[in-house]
Amino acid sequence: MSSEHTELHHGDHDHGDTMTRGRIWKIFFILLAITCIEFFIALYMVPKGHMGLNIANPIYIILTLLKAFYIVAYFMHLKFEKAGLVYSILVPILFIIGLILVLTNESHHWITLR
Amino acid sequence: MSATVSQIDELKSTPWSGGQSPFKVEYGKMMMWFFLLSDAFTFSSLLIAYGALRFSASTWPAADKVFQSVPLTSIEHGAPLVFVGIMTFILIMSSVTMVLAVEAGHRNAKKEVLGWMVATIIGGFMFLGCQALEWTHLHHEGFWWSSIPTNLETLKEFFNGEPAVAAQQVTAHQFANLFFTITGFHGFHVFSGVIINIIITINVLVGTYEKRGSYLMIEKVGLYWHFVDLVWVFVFTFFYLV
Repeated sequence: MSSEHTELHHGDHDHGDTMTRGRIWKIFFILLAITCIEFFIALYMVPKGHMGLNIANPIYIILTLLKAFYIVAYFMHLKFEKAGLVYSILVPILFIIGLILVLTNESHHWITLR
Repeated sequence: MSATVSQIDELKSTPWSGGQSPFKVEYGKMMMWFFLLSDAFTFSSLLIAYGALRFSASTWPAADKVFQSVPLTSIEHGAPLVFVGIMTFILIMSSVTMVLAVEAGHRNAKKEVLGWMVATIIGGFMFLGCQALEWTHLHHEGFWWSSIPTNLETLKEFFNGEPAVAAQQVTAHQFANLFFTITGFHGFHVFSGVIINIIITINVLVGTYEKRGSYLMIEKVGLYWHFVDLVWVFVFTFFYLV
């Protein structure tokens, strides 16, 4: 392939907002801190009875989605892409949410079948 | 553009009128994004199936009883999350070295790209090694695809409380199948990611991208590698924490 294509996105970003080394390490420490919070809940809060699983599990899921946001937005650079590309990646995720809703609902009926 | 531009010419200057790149990304990079989207569907389906089976079960093997040993040490019991914590740290670290390689690529710094890529490959191999140890450990305990510990006393140790033996056997089977399938599929992604990283590193070494004047290929494999990290974040939560 010709090299003009490969240079399309390279060089100066017109919005000047991109990943610098400082920002990379900042995101790393955020991810590490979130993981540490998860460990703290799992190894201390829940076993000691400070927190029930009905509270801990939603917190785990929220923290996981937060980590996913930081990985996709910054490490995968999606935050700095054109809005059209961002939406064409994020909107299809609705299908996944749909499957979650359908199958969690379905699994409540499976209980009675067991 | 001068003031004599006709109306039709003006229409053609919009980003979506053809002959342009409205997303401002190179073709291969956009296709990598769409591939990753399809891969996200595959992993979600597996994880949602796991969730549905677990929701509908009266009991389930407790994560802090199944994963409480640290392979390669004498710790066999009472250390839940320690080993998987190390694995998670390795994978996040290798994601950081990958994004540092991408950043070095933007500056066309060949030596730095090479160094960070090699670090990423080492991280990938370390993770695969840890997963192999984890699998071996579970296999020794009697878990495998459609295989659970035959000794009922051993099996009981993986559950909280005292659920019915039939429920223990059914859910332990489901757990074993889902665990090995999902972490295996993820491990396969890590493995192919390491292979792709090695190929790209060789290309860096022989100067392919230096000649091309752009290290965009690093960004593309970087996307794949971060996606592998992303999937692990979810696998970690739903198998080890929840």
